[in-house]
Amino acid sequence: MSDMTMKKRRPKYLNLAEIRLPLPGFVSILHRVSGAVLFLMLPFLLYLFSSSLGSPESFAAYKQVVANPLVKLILLGLLWAYLHHFCAGIRYLFLDLDKGVDLVSARRSAGAVLAVSLPLTLVLGVILLW
Amino acid sequence: MVNRIVVGAHYGLRDWLAQRITAVVMALYTVVLAVALLVMSPVTYDSWRALFASGPMRVATFVFFICLFYHVWIGVRDIFMDYIKPTGVRLVLHVIVILLMVGYTGWAAQTLWRL
Repeated sequence: MSDMTMKKRRPKYLNLAEIRLPLPGFVSILHRVSGAVLFLMLPFLLYLFSSSLGSPESFAAYKQVVANPLVKLILLGLLWAYLHHFCAGIRYLFLDLDKGVDLVSARRSAGAVLAVSLPLTLVLGVILLW
Repeated sequence: MVNRIVVGAHYGLRDWLAQRITAVVMALYTVVLAVALLVMSPVTYDSWRALFASGPMRVATFVFFICLFYHVWIGVRDIFMDYIKPTGVRLVLHVIVILLMVGYTGWAAQTLWRL
């Protein structure tokens, strides 16, 4: 069989509705998505940081902005994005050091990323935002 | 199999390493700031301002921002390299991201050194 026919017969699942990712793949795409979201929201976060430190008046304005329920929800989402990126990033650092690269440990550590980042988002979110 | 001789040019090693070093610096800073926030909760303007006005914290925060913006540049560039195929469009997007990061650095510096 020539290379051409081999290539043609390869199954392709590029249909997003049909892709079934294993747990490490799921954590991996969320790492990318959370990074992209944080990048896109940087102006908003820097604006909050700058107004919180500008003056007592701008701090009061900042307090008013983050008191808005919709803003709180957005910040909770961004907190999740940060914590997921943080936890998954630490997992990648270990994988780079050749730690936990076999299938079983890689699946387990991917599960651990979700098991840590999701509850941590709720706990820190409640403490810091409410 | 990809045949390439890994000598001469960087072949991305420098950015690969920088992405990880900046990540470690940011992770350490995050833990320090999280602990500080939990200790001083609830935050008032005076305690919040005093935290960043202190010399070490101001410099650490600025180092965090530099690491963040460099990390963002590498990550976003990787995303563009994966999904944006036309060279011209990609170049424009890369330039926009670089300019944004330079601007954000100035914004962060202004915020911190106005205190």
